[in-house]
Amino acid sequence: MKTVIEVGELTKDYNGFTAVDHISFEVEEGEIFGFLGPNGAGKTTTVRILTGVIKPTSGKVSIMGFDLRSESIKAKQIIGVVPELSNAYNELSAWNNLQFMADLYGVPKNHAKKRAEELLNKFNLYDRKDHKVKTFSKGMKQKLILAMSLMNDPEILFLDEPTSGLDVISARLIKDMVLELNKGGKTIFLTTHYMEEANELCSRVAIINHGKIAAIDAPEKLKMRIAGLEWVEVSFDMPVDASDLLDLSGVIDVRMSGDKLRLYTNEPGRTIYQLVDYSRSNNLEIVMLNTLTPTLEDVFIKLTEEKG
Amino acid sequence: MIDQLKRACAIAKKDIRIYYMKGPVVIFGILFPVFLFLAFVIGRDLTVDFLIAGLLSMTIFFTSMSITPVIAPTETQTRSLERLAAAPVSITTILLGDMLASVLFGIGISLVPIMVGMAIGVTVEHPFILAAGIVLAAFCFSAMGLIFSSTPTSMTSTVMMISTMVKFPLVFISGIFIPVGELPLWGQVLALASPLTYITDLCRYSFQGTNYYSILVDATALMIFFVIFMTVAIKLHGRSLPKRL
Ligand SMILES: Nc1ncnc2c1ncn2[C@@H]1O[C@H](COP(=O)(O)OP(=O)(O)OP(=O)(O)O)[C@@H](O)[C@H]1O
Ligand SMILES: [Mg+2]
Repeated sequence: MKTVIEVGELTKDYNGFTAVDHISFEVEEGEIFGFLGPNGAGKTTTVRILTGVIKPTSGKVSIMGFDLRSESIKAKQIIGVVPELSNAYNELSAWNNLQFMADLYGVPKNHAKKRAEELLNKFNLYDRKDHKVKTFSKGMKQKLILAMSLMNDPEILFLDEPTSGLDVISARLIKDMVLELNKGGKTIFLTTHYMEEANELCSRVAIINHGKIAAIDAPEKLKMRIAGLEWVEVSFDMPVDASDLLDLSGVIDVRMSGDKLRLYTNEPGRTIYQLVDYSRSNNLEIVMLNTLTPTLEDVFIKLTEEKG
Repeated sequence: MIDQLKRACAIAKKDIRIYYMKGPVVIFGILFPVFLFLAFVIGRDLTVDFLIAGLLSMTIFFTSMSITPVIAPTETQTRSLERLAAAPVSITTILLGDMLASVLFGIGISLVPIMVGMAIGVTVEHPFILAAGIVLAAFCFSAMGLIFSSTPTSMTSTVMMISTMVKFPLVFISGIFIPVGELPLWGQVLALASPLTYITDLCRYSFQGTNYYSILVDATALMIFFVIFMTVAIKLHGRSLPKRL
């Protein structure tokens, strides 16, 4: 395994506010590396530093062996970027946007033409290729930006929340595309809010909060970290007092989520018996009863709450 | 190095497609200097070649500086800048590209007053010097335009205001309406500080054969101004680019 992204003690200060705080990690070739964190955690700041758009306050980044400080042009040459809040040129056609990217990365003309055709076809944009981007829908624009980031056939692809704001079908298309690119050997660095997305796509996930990395591991291993703690989800036909349930044996914590109650317990079996007794003695009907193991979301919430 | 130059050309091509292929820009570029010029020369007894030389230098001045200040704030607003900043191009390359587009536009439009002049019987006595001067001046003023847009704003109007506040006073101290030699002493000193003075002088020489400074001084001054403007622009934009994202 080859390390393709190496980050050491990376820090970014904005006038005394530390957006990224001494983070270190490595990404191996062929990984889909997820960067997961709440709003304002420092994901975009990190991506901007890794893609050479802004300079870090301190710390070291190397991309495929190129130090970003001294060889940023060489590093940028071999990466593709889909920024979080970025647009293609609205006044240019899809085709001209792609050709402009090819020129910026020095892709030879005939090669660029073939590649643009391929990508437009793949993203179902070919028949709109000569239309100005300002006539495109949000999903079409996002697909075009992804296509633009692929014009130079990058080794590493950085995606900053690529599916945010897209409908299920467009998001699916982009996710499938990411998986396909990864199968083709590309390393992918993906930031997202969506747990499911990270769980589904990523081989490893870093959870970042307040500029610090709270954990890095494979999704399943992260879930195991908080295993041992399981819970029972229950819903009654009438509202109940959560504090009653806290008295049941084994129950550590009770949380409301919607019309459901979540009972954190270390003895799920006993808790269920007691719930049944409780419903009988209070004349309640159980509408739903479920035992669950932790999801990535639980890990996320647990880790981000701890540090917050 | 060559790669970066090619990429600068790609950026220039993009700028031309987006910013210059618009009717209003072209029309404004031609009409504005003409009207300003007419407003000041009508009723005064000046020779035609004197007028054309002044009009030409003013046209280069205004057209070369019309778009470079607008590109950065517009791309800040439309959020297309981050994509460009992530590409393997240096800030110098980006600015060079923007400037190149502006230079081509400046040169293109400056042909209009020359043709008008020739149509009414003015002859260009030193065409090669004139051509070289126009190119040099176009670079110089495009670079100057870049400085105006180096505040990290997304408001085109702010930049336009700043640039107008600088542009207009310069027109009056650069020997366009009154030859430098006829200015009072303080005016002559001020004129030295304006790059527009030197291209005006160079145009006078090319059309009339007479000039106030020497051609060498004119060319050197334009070159020095260009280098200063470019250096300052690269520094300032390097600092403001991260703030635009
Ligand atoms: N240019 C800037 N100047 C000052 N502070 C900034 C700047 N950019 C980001 N920040 C701050 O840095 C922190 C991290 O921001 P960042 O955009 O990296 O978060 P994020 O994890 O991408 O969040 P989101 O999920 O909302 O996109 C935030 O508190 C933000 O206010
Ligand atoms: Mg973000």
